Amino acid sequence: MSLSTSIRCKRAGHALGHSVLAAALLGGIAAAQAAGPALDGTLKKIKDSGVVVVGFREASIPFSYYNDDKQPIGYSADITRLVLDQIKNKLELPGLQVRQLPITSQNRISLLQNGTIDFECNTTTHNESREKQVDFSNSFFIVGTRLLAKKDSGIKDFDDLKGNTVVVGAGTTSEILLRKMNAEKNMGMNVISAKDHSESFLTLSTGRAKAMMMDDALLAGERAKTRDPKDYVITGTPQSFEVYGCMLRKGDSQMKTLLDEVIAKAETSGAAAKIYDTWFMKPIPPKQLNLDFPMSDTMKALFAKPNDRVTP
Amino acid sequence: MSYKWNWGVLLDPVVTGENATYLEWIVHGFFITLGLTLCAWTLALVVGTVFGVMRTWPNRFGQAIGTAYVSIFRNVPLIVQFFVWYFVVPEILPAAIGDWIKGVKPNVQFFVVSVLALGMYTGSRICEQLRAGIQALPRGQRQAGLAMGFSTAQTYGHVMLPQVFRHIMPPLTSEFLIISKNSAIASTIGLLELSRQAQQLVDFTAQPYESFIVVTLAYVLLNFLILRFMAWINNRISLPGLMGH
Repeated sequence: MSLSTSIRCKRAGHALGHSVLAAALLGGIAAAQAAGPALDGTLKKIKDSGVVVVGFREASIPFSYYNDDKQPIGYSADITRLVLDQIKNKLELPGLQVRQLPITSQNRISLLQNGTIDFECNTTTHNESREKQVDFSNSFFIVGTRLLAKKDSGIKDFDDLKGNTVVVGAGTTSEILLRKMNAEKNMGMNVISAKDHSESFLTLSTGRAKAMMMDDALLAGERAKTRDPKDYVITGTPQSFEVYGCMLRKGDSQMKTLLDEVIAKAETSGAAAKIYDTWFMKPIPPKQLNLDFPMSDTMKALFAKPNDRVTP
Repeated sequence: MSYKWNWGVLLDPVVTGENATYLEWIVHGFFITLGLTLCAWTLALVVGTVFGVMRTWPNRFGQAIGTAYVSIFRNVPLIVQFFVWYFVVPEILPAAIGDWIKGVKPNVQFFVVSVLALGMYTGSRICEQLRAGIQALPRGQRQAGLAMGFSTAQTYGHVMLPQVFRHIMPPLTSEFLIISKNSAIASTIGLLELSRQAQQLVDFTAQPYESFIVVTLAYVLLNFLILRFMAWINNRISLPGLMGH
């Protein structure tokens, strides 16, 4: 080869080498990006700040309540822990700071919407009117709304409540159902709406209300806290079946996918059933009482086929 | 902020099936708060005046009772007093009376308990203001009254208290305004007054900003009415030469 040709070959070789290197780099970057699309929504917020803020309930036995060390424990608390583990894995943040914020049934939606909390898995019913403001994950529990009454009160079903005083939780779906029933059937009930589950039960136990309407699992939890759980009975045909789901901000598809995956995996693999067993079929703090609340068939069907439908 | 404003929600019919709009709920709460404020204020004035006079009356036993009353009711937080009146009192009274109390219509229970709790608490503060007002009077007023042949009661009624009430009108106005805002604590025991209705609205409409803005304006209106009322009274009872007039 002539000198100029060999120089051109060398230059071509260099150029080829550079372009191969460039292609390799670009390919590498493309591969890295293909490994994970850009984060948005809550996951982006968590990744950027390194902190995730989780809402929990303080007195919803056995879903989310304080143990003796003032730490939230319960069925929902365990589900929350599974979600937090998955967030740590997915965002590769082993040092993720978790802040737990106590919330109530009255402020949970506002705190979620204004960004104070990032998500909450507790006892929030997934229904259509809330879907206008927030999104929900796959359901992780199904309840029926029933009554709790003293055994000797003679209250067997909702019709027995005529003219009596009934207590419900403020802002819950039970309150809407009860007041609707009161207006439509002219039952003349006095409806007391209490701030939280413990205050509802206090109103019942001191004799101010004849019955308490709430989700049956929460009723079992409240009953387990008293001195004589045998004095109380859960009665009444369920006025509605409701599903609990984790609540997240509206339109946050990445967060929803993460939550759905965690819950679906827990339900189909048997992890959720084990968690259910721990909190509903075995003695639980604070009084080591057994709620003795076997899983309903509708819930078994949900665990077999996880979904986020409003009606189970 | 991705919040969707919807002022029209105030005119929507309530989701619980009762025949009302959300705005009507707020108006209902406003009148409950107004009624609670007026009833509690009346009780507070009566109780405060009685104990305030008792603390300055030349009688050791009466002074001891007055001091005990003020110590208890001024130092215990108001919300705790609400809970004690509502939850504890029916339990420690004899069973028959306690059960009768608990059988009364819930709304009546809430209202009466709130009036008692607010009234007794504010009464302790009015008692202290009255005592300060009486002790601020020149000693000569009481002595001159007694020298003229008035009994102690007449001296208080005709000479001292008329002056004292005019003197303590500014703190009394403050107390009246404070009691209208402390009435919000009644929502913790379940009375459906103005702030509780705001929470109900938030629960059922998930539109917190509209609810709380309207309720804030309602409280401002209530306070404005109270201020104008006290200013009118001040004008009516002012004496030339007293209190800067």
